[in-house]
Amino acid sequence: MTRSLFFKFLARAMMPILILFSIFFLLRGHNQPGGGFVGGLVGASSIVLMTLAYGPAEVASRLRIDFRRAMFWGVIVAAIAGLLGLIFQSSFLESIWFKPYIDGIGKLELGTPALFDTGVYIAVFGVTVSIVMAMADESDREAE
Amino acid sequence: MTPLIIFPFLIPLITGFSALLKRRGRRRVAFSIGVTANLIAAVVIMASTYDGTILISQMGDHPMPFGISLVIDSLSAIMLLLTAVIAFLVGIFAMATIDANRERFAFFPLFAFLVAGLNFAFLTGDLFSLYVAFEIMLMSSFVMLTLGGERGQLEGGIKYVTINLISSTIFVVAAGLTYAVAGTLNMAHLAIRFSQLADPGVTLVLAGMFLIAFGIKAAIFPLFFWLPASYHTPPIAVTALFGGLLTKVGIYAMWRVLILILPAATAILQPLLITVSIFTMIVGVLGAVAQMDVRRLLSFHVISQIGYLLMSLAIGTTDALSAGIFFMAHVILAKTALFLISGIVHELEGSYHLKHLGSVAKRHPGAAVMFFIAALALAGIPPFSGFWAKFLLLRAGIEAQQYLLVGVGLAVSLLTLYSMIKIWNEVFWKPNTYTPSADEQPTPLTRIERRAMIGAAAVMVVLVFALGIAPESMISLSNRAAAELFPNGLGHSGYVDAVVAASAEIGGLSE
Amino acid sequence: MTLLFAITIGVLFACGIYLVFRRSLVRLIIGLSLLTYAANLMIFTSGNLLRRGTPIAGETPPEAMSDPLPQALILTAIVISFGVTAFTLALGYRASQAVGGDDLDAMQTTDREEMK
Repeated sequence: MTRSLFFKFLARAMMPILILFSIFFLLRGHNQPGGGFVGGLVGASSIVLMTLAYGPAEVASRLRIDFRRAMFWGVIVAAIAGLLGLIFQSSFLESIWFKPYIDGIGKLELGTPALFDTGVYIAVFGVTVSIVMAMADESDREAE
Repeated sequence: MTPLIIFPFLIPLITGFSALLKRRGRRRVAFSIGVTANLIAAVVIMASTYDGTILISQMGDHPMPFGISLVIDSLSAIMLLLTAVIAFLVGIFAMATIDANRERFAFFPLFAFLVAGLNFAFLTGDLFSLYVAFEIMLMSSFVMLTLGGERGQLEGGIKYVTINLISSTIFVVAAGLTYAVAGTLNMAHLAIRFSQLADPGVTLVLAGMFLIAFGIKAAIFPLFFWLPASYHTPPIAVTALFGGLLTKVGIYAMWRVLILILPAATAILQPLLITVSIFTMIVGVLGAVAQMDVRRLLSFHVISQIGYLLMSLAIGTTDALSAGIFFMAHVILAKTALFLISGIVHELEGSYHLKHLGSVAKRHPGAAVMFFIAALALAGIPPFSGFWAKFLLLRAGIEAQQYLLVGVGLAVSLLTLYSMIKIWNEVFWKPNTYTPSADEQPTPLTRIERRAMIGAAAVMVVLVFALGIAPESMISLSNRAAAELFPNGLGHSGYVDAVVAASAEIGGLSE
Repeated sequence: MTLLFAITIGVLFACGIYLVFRRSLVRLIIGLSLLTYAANLMIFTSGNLLRRGTPIAGETPPEAMSDPLPQALILTAIVISFGVTAFTLALGYRASQAVGGDDLDAMQTTDREEMK
């Protein structure tokens, strides 16, 4: 498969933007449209673009992230967020809020929903990239 | 205690993700810890509901119609315990017999996800979550069924996937329509809302849609063709897990939705249910009689047993429901035991085909004794568990004056016995004259693997035997489960009242 | 508006069922995804097609809110059908390799053949 230079350049340029955009989505969640799922998909799309541009082998060797393991940790983080509600409040997934005031930034609203969303973000990221990588591997092998 | 009821879902979920580990040893350790923890959780839940308490937790502490209810009544506790026992024993069996290639492609994680889906289906008190649970279960079952990629598996897999997706679509449409009609998806809330609904026509349509959706999953009469086309294709550990549990979840969902939520419409559907139940029993057992492959034969028996379970719904009394719940416990254990024993015979002798096997009783008397007990239990010979199950069910039928159903039930019992005798004669008794071909050699197993495989099946048979010798506590349990589920006028039942009371405590609606 | 949606849903269901009944594997998969689209639209319609405010507490008074539940349900259903479609595509690809074509009528060995 020939990969166009233009596309390669574009994918490179898009990658940081997409990653930042996905984190923006992640942080925006809960009270605004956004959240872990959408964020994870947008973030994964950056890797998908790179895979399309450079091929799965090169992306895998450069990234050196085990996305299967990412799925695992994502679910663990989400489960911990749920369990915190179970342990410190009365039921699973119940929210706990922590609102520190930091000079210069203002009031931060941190809570277990954000942690849960982060877990979902990691898990969705991992799952999507794993699926696409597996399929790309397959089609690469066929092309050879 | 009550918030802890999320654990039967969380434990297998985390087990599944931990079993994705790369190293074989670690993976197996993670999986073993997971199924054991799941079993312990189920036992604890059973112990704490044994006195009749209904455990309820609202996810996120939002009251009833807004948050998702997790409810464990006696029926859920029974189903959770059965699932955990089967998962534990079949898990051991799978660790002993599954091939390295399937294991490398995430067999154990899928196993755990399947259990997570099953457990969540039994936990949830919300119709849409039930759909999600079904999907978790189905997705893992799709992959488990096709894992290995043999031609038969792929062909069977396409049929299985297609028909189950259509069933899911019908389910989700029915759930959407339910929401449009009643404005809620919480099962307890739905029971109240539907009992106040003036127009029964809509509920009849919904009941029909739910019947078809769950009927496909349970493999009832005109909708069962996917089952014998696919169940015999994967390795026997998978078939045992599917045959033991998957179709039964369809029946469980029917009980929950049709009896708890839509009792009026179910009463109107009774003639249909009776017909379907009769045909499911007959067609299943006749299909089984004609088969020459042990796995296919047992797959057809799965269908025939579903007919009995559907009979409990068709009779439609509390007694029948209670008998159905007892039957469920019996058939899950006996069926899985039979599949596991046929797996043992395959591992030791290299074939599933009746004509290719013989004199197994002489060479492996232990396997023969196990098969004997499990087969008689399935056919319903006293003093084994099947006798009590069928006795209770048929007595409920006679009391409700459904003589046709009772007659068919008895006749099908005889045919079940006949096909069990056929397996006995061909596999265990007749002298073996067949020279096996090259691909029909026994699987080389280490001693530990052999012992684990036989031990798992033996424990299963002991459970079947125990259920037959001492059925009292199980009977009283299923009586209470039925009493909690069965509506006692205007949408109230033990289940509904408990959920409403629990939500009122955290400031939800009281009626 | 509701009528328009009802017709669309009906057409989608009809197309989906027609495609599922065809002999080709690819059409089967497309048909299945059309069926899920129809189901999703159906849930969407069940939540009343009215123009209302965003369902966020504190921003919109409760009586002017749109019903958030059908949207949540559809999102869940879409995620599920995303996974299922990915799987059916992979399965179909493998099956067409094993059978050598996408003719569903060639896939009858599990029903027909007595196990040798």
